[in-house]
Amino acid sequence: MTTEVKTKVIGKSVWRNEDPRLLTGMAQFVDDIELPGMLHAAFYRSDYAHARIKSIDVSAARARPGVVAVYTAEDFGDYWHVGPLQVPPPLAIKGAQFNARPLVPIAKDKVRYSGEPLAVVLAESRYIAEDALADIYADLEPLPAVTDMEKALEPGAPLVHDDLGTNLAADVYQQVGDYEAAKAKADVVIARRFFKDRCAGGAMENRGIVCAWDEKAQKMTVWCGTQAPIPMRNAIAKNLGLSEDQVRLVIPFIGGGFGPKVMTSMPDDVLLPWLSRKLNRPIKWIEDRRENFLATTSERDQIHYAEIALTKDGKILGVKDVFYHNTGAYDPYGMTVPLNTQTHTLGQYDVPNFYTQIKMVFTNKMVVTPVRGAGRNYGVFVMERLMDLAAKELKMDPVEIRMKNLIQPHQLPYKTGIIGQDFVENVLDSGDYPASLKKAVEMIGYEKFVKEEQPRLRAEGKWVGIGVVNFVEGTAVGPYEGARVTVGNNGKVVVLTGCSTQGQAHFTTFAQLVAEQLGVDVKDVHVTTGDTDQFHWGAGTFASRGITVAGSAVYAAATKVRAKALSLASKLLETPEEELELADGVVRVADLPSKFIPLGELAMKANPTRGTIEPGVEPGLEATAYYAPPHGATGYGTNAIILEVDKETFDVKIRRFVFVHDCGTVVNPMVAEAQIHGGVQMGIGTAFFEQLVYDDNGQLLNASFQDYLMPKATDMPMKMELGHLSVPSPLNPLGLKGLGEAGAIPPPAAYAQAIENAIHDVDFEILDMPLNPSRLYELVKAARKK
Amino acid sequence: MSKKVDIKVTVNGKLYERSVEPRMLLSDFIRHELGLTGTHTGCEHGVCGTCTVWFDGEPVRSCLMFAVQADGHEVHTVESLGTPDNLHPLQQAFMEKHALQCGFCTPGMLMTFAHFIQRHPNPTDEEIREAMAGNLCRCTGYENIVEAVKLAAQRMAGK
Ligand code: FES
Ligand code: FES
Repeated sequence: MTTEVKTKVIGKSVWRNEDPRLLTGMAQFVDDIELPGMLHAAFYRSDYAHARIKSIDVSAARARPGVVAVYTAEDFGDYWHVGPLQVPPPLAIKGAQFNARPLVPIAKDKVRYSGEPLAVVLAESRYIAEDALADIYADLEPLPAVTDMEKALEPGAPLVHDDLGTNLAADVYQQVGDYEAAKAKADVVIARRFFKDRCAGGAMENRGIVCAWDEKAQKMTVWCGTQAPIPMRNAIAKNLGLSEDQVRLVIPFIGGGFGPKVMTSMPDDVLLPWLSRKLNRPIKWIEDRRENFLATTSERDQIHYAEIALTKDGKILGVKDVFYHNTGAYDPYGMTVPLNTQTHTLGQYDVPNFYTQIKMVFTNKMVVTPVRGAGRNYGVFVMERLMDLAAKELKMDPVEIRMKNLIQPHQLPYKTGIIGQDFVENVLDSGDYPASLKKAVEMIGYEKFVKEEQPRLRAEGKWVGIGVVNFVEGTAVGPYEGARVTVGNNGKVVVLTGCSTQGQAHFTTFAQLVAEQLGVDVKDVHVTTGDTDQFHWGAGTFASRGITVAGSAVYAAATKVRAKALSLASKLLETPEEELELADGVVRVADLPSKFIPLGELAMKANPTRGTIEPGVEPGLEATAYYAPPHGATGYGTNAIILEVDKETFDVKIRRFVFVHDCGTVVNPMVAEAQIHGGVQMGIGTAFFEQLVYDDNGQLLNASFQDYLMPKATDMPMKMELGHLSVPSPLNPLGLKGLGEAGAIPPPAAYAQAIENAIHDVDFEILDMPLNPSRLYELVKAARKK
Repeated sequence: MSKKVDIKVTVNGKLYERSVEPRMLLSDFIRHELGLTGTHTGCEHGVCGTCTVWFDGEPVRSCLMFAVQADGHEVHTVESLGTPDNLHPLQQAFMEKHALQCGFCTPGMLMTFAHFIQRHPNPTDEEIREAMAGNLCRCTGYENIVEAVKLAAQRMAGK
């Protein structure tokens, strides 16, 4: 289905349409919205991670001047409800056990994580609302908390959901071939326990919402920086008993998403619209950074018991991975994250026998939902570590053992036999994995480093190491996205989609797709990515699906508009369509450019005020189209790094950072590269800086930017050297694949390999992530003692 | 609630007279009293730098100051740099080098570097990164910001 497209605008590093406003402070974010009579909300939150609620006294808060209302779970009466689940249970997987415990909007009877809301205050200003929080007294009886996944499953462990009788949230296994039989034939079997801890989404803009009920129009308008406008609108309408068209969701500029902003049915979007209607006042809530750390959602922690079976010449016979996934106090987002781990574990490798089992566990920690990488990086970390351990055991070079086990280009599309987060079988659709590894090895100068530089630097007493790891990135999953493209009477083009944007440049890349088809300037294409009154179909921006799924819909709609423009112009210019071209905002005769008709004029003609339009033709130079992929498209790549460990401080300095990737056809190379840059920053964060540290009582100990370390400019490599491959995906006409999360996936695995390689004179293994200088020091110290 | 205090603050060259509570943050004053919402707040505890403005010509974190401290002083925000049709050279360079994605950290970055470039007309990569260490960005990985600052510095020095 892929056709070689000769492009004029696609593939060009066009400057972004959205930038002038963002650069001058003219872009509106949710906290910039002020409405007359607006109330400000603040949540009173539990300090305990696990407690029984005995009583909550809000009388003093209610009496404070400027406070309009204070609500606890009781005060919401019948409106109080749990859920719904945002992602359904994985029924597509045979034998899957899943215990649904969707989010509770405001705690009733019991608190299950520290930061869970107990009351909401509405006041004339945010200052007063926060003052009133100090007036509230909650009588809570603390219960023993459970934070450790394995302990949570032991008999007698405190129960997060008493009625369930267990903390097991889900148990799902999938297999291909017969691992145990493969193991029996293996020369080498290596088994280890791996642990990877949580990190925060950490968008620079916290979450927020403004909602305003219009009593006269009987309509709710909500402004919210959500990644999923349509699902959120539908949820709000359902909650309030309104029809969908009575709720309008408007998406302002969003200051980064990274996953947590995909959530709906959170306390704010469940409670505040209802309160706005009840009090007939607009309400604003803007999360603060501490709340964001405590009580939004975060990335997972997982424990893996994994093993790999190989022949003595390094061919993998099978892999087994039984892992615990900590979903926190609830599981509103189903099993998206651990299913991603399952589908990404084997990565680029041809492994005939695979057994993978998820044990998802409830604990008294913040809820886990996708964060950039979303479980993929955990699978990749485990597999790449197993490969390194195998290489060491077999005395093979880490690159050699990888090369030996790669899926070859002729094997693609490669059905993995594992059902993914989208509930269809994961298929590796396109690519050239050996080419990726070769390219990375060449770019970093592997041979030369290992043979010449490293020995020299080691002789100087330096700890310098190299790491080369592979990854895949499942992207662009269904269900579908849609778009409407309309040419206005002024010749400018409007694009509407339900796929919101958090910095990925959709205002520009979608415009490029349209400009390509309609021959207009990219600047003359105005993209609206989330106003449900204008376009109300779609799922949202997540799983690296924006450009591929919504982009394909935009392109298809633009293609239809082009056909309409040609057909109409052909009649008006009395010239066959084949002799016409669209360029410079007009349709013209290719050989006689002076014979033309501007697109704006065509738009007017397509929407006559008298007379008639032909049967079967829809009015206007407008078209709507949808794109639904049969399954996701899979990007991939290789990360190669050279780093130095300081022998005194155990700090790590990156000397070279090479990243090879393939996202199929690239719409805007400048934007694509920057997506990698940002992903890598999170990848490096989760390798060496970022960790949400909980104590045994379920208290988050580093809930501020002061204590939670996000990589700063000085922590990043001076230069990220990117290598591009471009094997188009066969799944959509342009050959697109996503890449938004790629950068975040391999760095922890690359760090681990390179650090072990650097500290060559100590025999130790890195099995847990993230590292930091003191953990690394402890590891090395312990190994030296042995 | 404490008694309000009358203050006079010059912001972007315009004098504003307002009555504010002593505890009102300068960032809230700029954003919500004056409606200059280009200044953002990412943490309100002095780490992320998104709220950076100039106070008497020097970059400060407006979330760590009270509005009353600005009484009789001069503040500049991102709105003072350029307009969509007439970008400041640093803003232009940010656009050309794709130094912003979501754009939330950007006003703080711009106020930090518009000042930095005046002092360092010919900065090295290390100096730029060092100067940026007080501004967090979650989107860009910082590399393109370094490139943009270099480009703007070159242009502003007329090179
Ligand atoms: S908001 Fe002021 S430093 Fe973060
Ligand atoms: S551009 Fe999004 S935080 Fe910097």
